[in-house]
Amino acid sequence: MRINKSLNLQIENMKLTLKIWRQENAKAKGKMVDYIIDGIDGDMSFLEMLDVLNEDLVNKGEQPVEFDHDCREGICGACSLQINGEPHGPDKLITTCQLHMRTFKDGDTIVIEPFRATAFPVIKDLIVDRTSFDRIQQAYGYVSVNTSGNTIDANSIPIKKENADDSFNAATCIGCGACVAACKNASAMLFTSAKVSQFALLPQGEVEADRRVLAMVEQMDKEGFGNCTNTGACEIECPKGISLENIARMNREYLKASVK
Amino acid sequence: MSVLDSKIPEGPLEEKWINYKNNINLVNPANKRNIDIIVIGTGLAGGSAAATLAELGYNVKTFCYQDSPRRAHSIAAQGGINAAKNYQGDGDSNYRLFYDTVKGGDYRSREANVYRLAEVSGNIIDQCVAQGVPFAREYGGMLDNRSFGGVLVSRTFYAKGQTGQQLLLGAYSAMNRQINRGKIQAFNRHEMMDVVLVGGKARGIIARDMVTGAIERHSAHAVVLASGGYGNVFFLSTNAMGSNVMAAWRAHRRGAQFANPCYTQIHPTCIPVSGDHQSKLTLMSESLRNDGRIWVPKKIEDAEAIRAGKKKPTDLSEEERDYYLERRYPAFGNLVPRDVASRAAKERCDAGYGVNKTGEAVYLDFASAIERYGKEKAFTSGHKNPSKEEVVKLGTEVIEAKYGNLFQMYEKIVDQNPYKTPMMIYPAVHYTMGGLWVDYNLQTTIPGCYAAGEANFSDHGANRLGASALMQGLADGYFVLPYTIGDYLSKDIRTGKIPTDTAEFDAAEKDVTDRINKLMNAGGQHSVDHYHKKLGKIMWNKCGMSRNAKELQEAIHEIAELREDFWKNVKVPGSADTKNAELEKAGRVADFLELGELFAKDALHREESCGGHFREEYQTEDGEALRDDENFKYVASWEYTGKPSEAILHKEELVFENIELKTRSYK
Ligand SMILES: Cc1cc2nc3c(=O)[nH]c(=O)nc-3n(C[C@H](O)[C@H](O)[C@H](O)COP(=O)(O)OP(=O)(O)OC[C@H]3O[C@@H](n4cnc5c(N)ncnc54)[C@H](O)[C@@H]3O)c2cc1C
Ligand code: SF4
Ligand code: FES
Repeated sequence: MRINKSLNLQIENMKLTLKIWRQENAKAKGKMVDYIIDGIDGDMSFLEMLDVLNEDLVNKGEQPVEFDHDCREGICGACSLQINGEPHGPDKLITTCQLHMRTFKDGDTIVIEPFRATAFPVIKDLIVDRTSFDRIQQAYGYVSVNTSGNTIDANSIPIKKENADDSFNAATCIGCGACVAACKNASAMLFTSAKVSQFALLPQGEVEADRRVLAMVEQMDKEGFGNCTNTGACEIECPKGISLENIARMNREYLKASVK
Repeated sequence: MSVLDSKIPEGPLEEKWINYKNNINLVNPANKRNIDIIVIGTGLAGGSAAATLAELGYNVKTFCYQDSPRRAHSIAAQGGINAAKNYQGDGDSNYRLFYDTVKGGDYRSREANVYRLAEVSGNIIDQCVAQGVPFAREYGGMLDNRSFGGVLVSRTFYAKGQTGQQLLLGAYSAMNRQINRGKIQAFNRHEMMDVVLVGGKARGIIARDMVTGAIERHSAHAVVLASGGYGNVFFLSTNAMGSNVMAAWRAHRRGAQFANPCYTQIHPTCIPVSGDHQSKLTLMSESLRNDGRIWVPKKIEDAEAIRAGKKKPTDLSEEERDYYLERRYPAFGNLVPRDVASRAAKERCDAGYGVNKTGEAVYLDFASAIERYGKEKAFTSGHKNPSKEEVVKLGTEVIEAKYGNLFQMYEKIVDQNPYKTPMMIYPAVHYTMGGLWVDYNLQTTIPGCYAAGEANFSDHGANRLGASALMQGLADGYFVLPYTIGDYLSKDIRTGKIPTDTAEFDAAEKDVTDRINKLMNAGGQHSVDHYHKKLGKIMWNKCGMSRNAKELQEAIHEIAELREDFWKNVKVPGSADTKNAELEKAGRVADFLELGELFAKDALHREESCGGHFREEYQTEDGEALRDDENFKYVASWEYTGKPSEAILHKEELVFENIELKTRSYK
């Protein structure tokens, strides 16, 4: 028998109640619907559990639940889901697709909703529109270098390992939107600051630093994301551990750029 | 029968690409503004191609099925990207990278393409660094390298275990720059359903808006397919859930030949299958073989005891372990190429030495690396006599810095701590070397239709070396296509906009809607996944790591039957005018059910073993692959005729002028 080590409970053949947000399309009114699901194994991922539910629904001739997902290994940023009130569920530093059913126990009720934010309108069921994130990055969230390959040798500018590592850490953001969903103001500061930081920490990004931070912040505001009131909820829920330091860095960059 | 003209430029190997670039026709900037290009896919190949073509001045439309270009499956690549920079001064060169790639591919790739790949590889790294890709660095501020399988130099650049992510975000930011300039229009959550030919040339596509279900027409002067690999024909693979063959297969049905479909890479280090619910498999990067040692118990009793839970791997002493790769291949040891490592794991497990419940797993052990690094670190920090605990602690930190995210991924899935107990791994479907046949220009057998990245067949022969797919995708997109497409388009400067209200677009759109209607209105017995899983079982059991004539024949037959049943009885709920994941899956599985049959036919016809294609009938006495250069030194390119099993074979003879054909040996 499989056992959940920390809870010391059986995690084979679990029976669960799911309360899932169903919404036909962007304009329709949505509602919570209850489903009972049986025979769930602790080794299943959360999305595999939803696969089982959907297979059931299809076989019964009902509409399966739509949700975003693709890589199923925590890197593409497609999966979302607010699980029992938390983006990406109760475990820390993972995405929904990496959440395993061994975290739950027989008889549990699980509430599953889409990420909620004005800037993330629902498309269908649990799928939301996160193209606002793309638009923030289109606002100079890049280095304006030609892709012709006629550039300097990669090793001609040495970069301090610490800076390269910090830049990398900021760049590991997967663009999932959990930070927004976690924030009571639906602010996108953590996401935006991660991108700003990646470039701010590299000599390649310096040249356009001012224009970048101003444009990205402006776009962020235009998209309808809320203000940052430093609650820190974003950092706690971020599956990639993107740190609040990035927000501080962005604020500094922004100030520096605005006084020029 | 048409003759395949690979259009390899004249001249010595080292000069072909330079000469080619000097002699092609160019399109002047003003004319580029009147030319449209469609790019299907926004992975490394499509993203880099789209950005560069737009920068040159063409009007580009990109398509991807995810909600953002940044989510293409290139994002999941972990280990690294090769380039012949020779920063380590360990004797690397373009020639050596070329040689390793041809040899690694078991002499089944085209010399000229591979050499070009090696030639532009260094440029890729320069380009990416300039874009702000944060590669790993050494304390001195220079770029760091690691080693991958099948080579004896250190030429792999990396960003921890997230190299693909960082490179893709680089390509995505280059795309964003062009989107901001209005030169790229990105159609996300759009699936290409067909390619449209006008006068024999690719002139557009039919796409489905996956949110509204609307069927759309898009025209262009050329179409680039960069839609990724088809490993999901096996149902379980390391590919993303949505990875599919639709774009390539639709082009195949319209005249693009499909080359070497049976060349599939089964990656040796993946997390083993745990149960029937499994929806995908997770890779543990090959880079782990730099530091991990692969073993199974020497004695079958120990293997049995471990499977029964009576013994733990850590209970076994060094003498009781069989480091079978080090034993069989002393020169390359744990770093033999993937096909060799996978078959060796299967051999041990088939012989009864597997170490998990299902008997299909071997160990990947980091204990010696932790000890080695721990001692080194203690020493350099002035600790000359460290205790065992200290060594383990310090060594664990080093391993964590190198592979932390992979270890975390493993722990989340398997619920075991790989710093303390060896990982369990087993081979899984990972990459497809086969794909659309392309000439030196990356053009398919449909004029104006190009294929790049994993979607084409060109560079990896019968087996791809680690860290070479990222290199190929970016080489194709940043540095090759922009030239070769220009040469083709130079004849299109007076064509003007391609209209979409023509008979050709009408017909293609009708085909697409008929097909959707047929899927929506089928018998309604079984879900799409039911068929996909069945197909996957046939593929894995009969077209997997080792193949034989009898089973391949059975597979051809069984897949044809399954396909017939699918079209009669599949059940797709809901409607086609809205987001409908089941309908999307159904369209993809329908194509896999055709591709699978061609795959088996290709594997059956190739009566030799080479690279990832292992035919049980053709092996040496000690179980190594037995190639037949006399009869099979060619690319098998298949022409569609209506039924995959009746596809017509075209051969492109491979000419080796710069490399001597040898039996691959990693001993
Ligand atoms: C887990 C994993 C780890 C890997 N690690 C490495 C590594 O370390 N080093 C290395 O060199 N290689 C690695 N590889 C291989 C490498 O990542 C891939 O071969 C490569 O990234 C493929 O890039 P691509 O651009 O060809 O395709 P992809 O990145 O797969 O992109 C395909 C694109 O096509 C789009 N698309 C597909 N079908 C359609 C359609 N019908 N309509 C519209 N759009 C469509 C998708 O939306 C997507 O944008 C790894 C692969 C995997 C799976
Ligand atoms: S900062 Fe974290 S939570 Fe926000 S989008 Fe990036 S990865 Fe997701
Ligand atoms: S599905 Fe890709 S991160 Fe979850």
